[in-house]
Amino acid sequence: MAETTTETTKNAPLLAADGTPLRRKLEQALFVSRMRALGLVAPLLAFILAVFIIPIVYFMIQGMHNPVYADRMPNSTPILQAWDGQSPVTEEMAEAMVKDLILTRDNREIGRVATRVNQEFSGARSMFTSSARKAERMEPPFLEALVDADKDWGKQEVWRAIKVAATSWTPAYYLAALDFQYAGDGSITRQDAERRIHVALFVRTMEISLIVTISCFVLGYPVAWLLAELPVRKANLLMILVLLPFWTSILVRTTAWIAMLQGQGVMNDLMVFTGLNQVILQISMLFNDYKDLTVSSLCGIDVNAALGSIPAAVEKFGASPPGTLTRCGAEILAAFEQGGESGARSHAEALAASAQRWGYGDERFSMIYNKLGTIIAMTHILLPFMILPLYSVMKTVPPSYLRAAKSMGATNWTAFWRVYFPQTIPGIGAGALLVFILAIGYYITPALVGGQDGQMISNFIDFHMRRSLNWSLAAALGGVLLIIVLFFYWLYDRIVGIDNMKLG
Amino acid sequence: MRATSQGMDMTADKAADAFVEFERVQKSYDGETLVVKDLNLNIGRGEFLTMLGPSGSGKTTCLMMLAGFETATHGDIRLDGKAINNIPPHKRGIGMVFQNYALFPHMTVAENLAFPLEVRKLSKADIETKVGRALDMVQMKAFGGRRPAQLSGGQQQRIALARALVFEPELVLMDEPLGALDKQLREHMQYEIKHLHERLGVTVVYVTHDQSEALTMSDRIAVFNDGVIQQLAGPATLYEKPENAFVAQFIGENNKLRGRVENIEGSHAVIALDNGPKVKALAVNCGGIGKPTLLSIRPERVILGPEAGETALKGRVVELIYLGDHIRCRMEVAGDDEFIVKVPNNHAHAVLQVGEETPIGWVVDDCRALDAA
Repeated sequence: MAETTTETTKNAPLLAADGTPLRRKLEQALFVSRMRALGLVAPLLAFILAVFIIPIVYFMIQGMHNPVYADRMPNSTPILQAWDGQSPVTEEMAEAMVKDLILTRDNREIGRVATRVNQEFSGARSMFTSSARKAERMEPPFLEALVDADKDWGKQEVWRAIKVAATSWTPAYYLAALDFQYAGDGSITRQDAERRIHVALFVRTMEISLIVTISCFVLGYPVAWLLAELPVRKANLLMILVLLPFWTSILVRTTAWIAMLQGQGVMNDLMVFTGLNQVILQISMLFNDYKDLTVSSLCGIDVNAALGSIPAAVEKFGASPPGTLTRCGAEILAAFEQGGESGARSHAEALAASAQRWGYGDERFSMIYNKLGTIIAMTHILLPFMILPLYSVMKTVPPSYLRAAKSMGATNWTAFWRVYFPQTIPGIGAGALLVFILAIGYYITPALVGGQDGQMISNFIDFHMRRSLNWSLAAALGGVLLIIVLFFYWLYDRIVGIDNMKLG
Repeated sequence: MRATSQGMDMTADKAADAFVEFERVQKSYDGETLVVKDLNLNIGRGEFLTMLGPSGSGKTTCLMMLAGFETATHGDIRLDGKAINNIPPHKRGIGMVFQNYALFPHMTVAENLAFPLEVRKLSKADIETKVGRALDMVQMKAFGGRRPAQLSGGQQQRIALARALVFEPELVLMDEPLGALDKQLREHMQYEIKHLHERLGVTVVYVTHDQSEALTMSDRIAVFNDGVIQQLAGPATLYEKPENAFVAQFIGENNKLRGRVENIEGSHAVIALDNGPKVKALAVNCGGIGKPTLLSIRPERVILGPEAGETALKGRVVELIYLGDHIRCRMEVAGDDEFIVKVPNNHAHAVLQVGEETPIGWVVDDCRALDAA
């Protein structure tokens, strides 16, 4: 029977009762219901298109396209673009520049142009505004007149920087987002070592996101398991506790962590009260992580120098210097810088004298306004996003699987690891992807509790959006971030498979 | 009657060589009610014992206590002479088949079968031969590489069976393993499990609420109700000689007539039915004179028409249902219109009409006077 059917379809298409081909008839029949379904989702589709897709495309373009200069400097733009960036600056270029300066000064646009060029070469702002003031009175030869107004006009690299600003479509911002410099002659070089901040920031962002994801998994997995196993009444109560953070403002939650973790905060008080700080200190000294926990705390102190000065204090106090170690370390370091080793020693001795007043052993840890604080607060805020998918998957794993495994001779651990755990992988994948992607673009928490070394890329984007007003660089940074997220999504699909993801 | 004697023989010699023993076992979940009340049960080596009962009767709890997933509140459970109350499930070496098979969905069929062998740290070669043999045993040789989700219900059932047997346990527990299958497949699997049991000689403890399943497969059946074993006997005994009203009702179809004991003469009693006539019955479990009792007669043991003989009552036909091999006749007897008679569809059977009155009767020993439940 099956064979004859295939044969018929091969030879001649099946016809409906009224003679039209069956396939077309089916499509006609489905068309109306499909249109109706589309009508239902159309408002959302339009909404997403208007407020999500179009802005994303727009800002991706903004990262490559900046017409501020080209729109306002009509005379110099074509000439600069035609210039190869190598041959000497011509009188023609200077004349066009002077015309443009007069023009922009008259229509009061010179400030914006100057800001734009300043992004390529700092110092350009004053050069442009002061030259523009003098431009009306300039006489040919214009190049010399310009150099008279500001000697920077005589430098070729300044003109190259202006050429970059004059190019509306430019890879400069994306390259800058990756710590490369795009010069006017089309050459691409790495940024100077001290200005390479973006790549390090991206790496740190990913590092924090990864740590947060792992912490969420480690903390969330047992909770999700408990939720799935407990009787309904207790599970509901626990579920409310899990969801409680969702109902609290993110600002409140983050601020609560400040109260918890700050130097005179609850956690530090508790540790001093119980003596736990001493234990942690001793342990961290064993592992030689002293600097990470205490002195440096990423407050911009040169760790090695501070460490070098600390033996004096240690000598005086035995195992640990007194007071808040961060402050202590900084003071010793300052003393070291002023008076050398003997200065540091005498300062350490002065600290020792005041140690009696402070009370010995109340070392407090810097747990907030640094990377640690960011990680703790973000883990707390993102935890539900890990627990909920895990819970929904665990709920579907029947307890009989574990029983079956045990009846076959598996220990509790083997039964968990070989039978239960593999079946929760879709939930782990979903939770991890959710948390990681949310974390990688997180803004408000690092802004509040991140201090210096807890800042993430979003905070930098914010900086360029609101402070430096370099929107194109902000757009390029956002674009790179988007590409990174898509890359992780692709990686996840390759390793785990996106069909394996279960969000609930 | 051959089946009966065979069943009885097995009962005798299996119980003597107790492999699994429940001694005064009690179980409570909430500390207020007992789910299992004072359970005493010996299961012989190589026996196929079924725990049969309605849901909530305590049968599954007993199985779970034996498997080690529930602990007994009181009493001892012994396996091969050793108390196992404090041995964790994974050290008991008991094979188990679960209601919904519990095949691990992330492993192939072969990996599922290899699992109990791997946790026992057998060598790769050993595992391979044993898995192959187990697949052979359930005629699933070609399916080793498939995932459980790619198998039909019956195939999954076979794999679950093979997995419970692959590590050669001496005792296999089955918790309503056929519950999820359709009727035809269920019957087929019943025979298959029965044959497997005969071939391998393992001890099987089987839990079900389906009495026909229990009758088909078991050497002995323990009928559970309300946390107590109501009767423990072979299938034939259980059906033909129920000891109380619950068992008579639960196993097979049963007619009940309510009455009061008028007189007891040796092993027989004279019962006055609530609605008039007096009948003679086998006094099984009916208490003394004046006590209420329930008469139990199997529908196929009722004799219709002139042959009805000594205990003849009058019955009025209420409904006739044609069922092919027999005709199901609902009658009104002594004021009760739920009295069922199965009339075999043969040349000799009486032709009945709805509304017709006919004498009905039975052999006295077929009418059993039981407790008035």
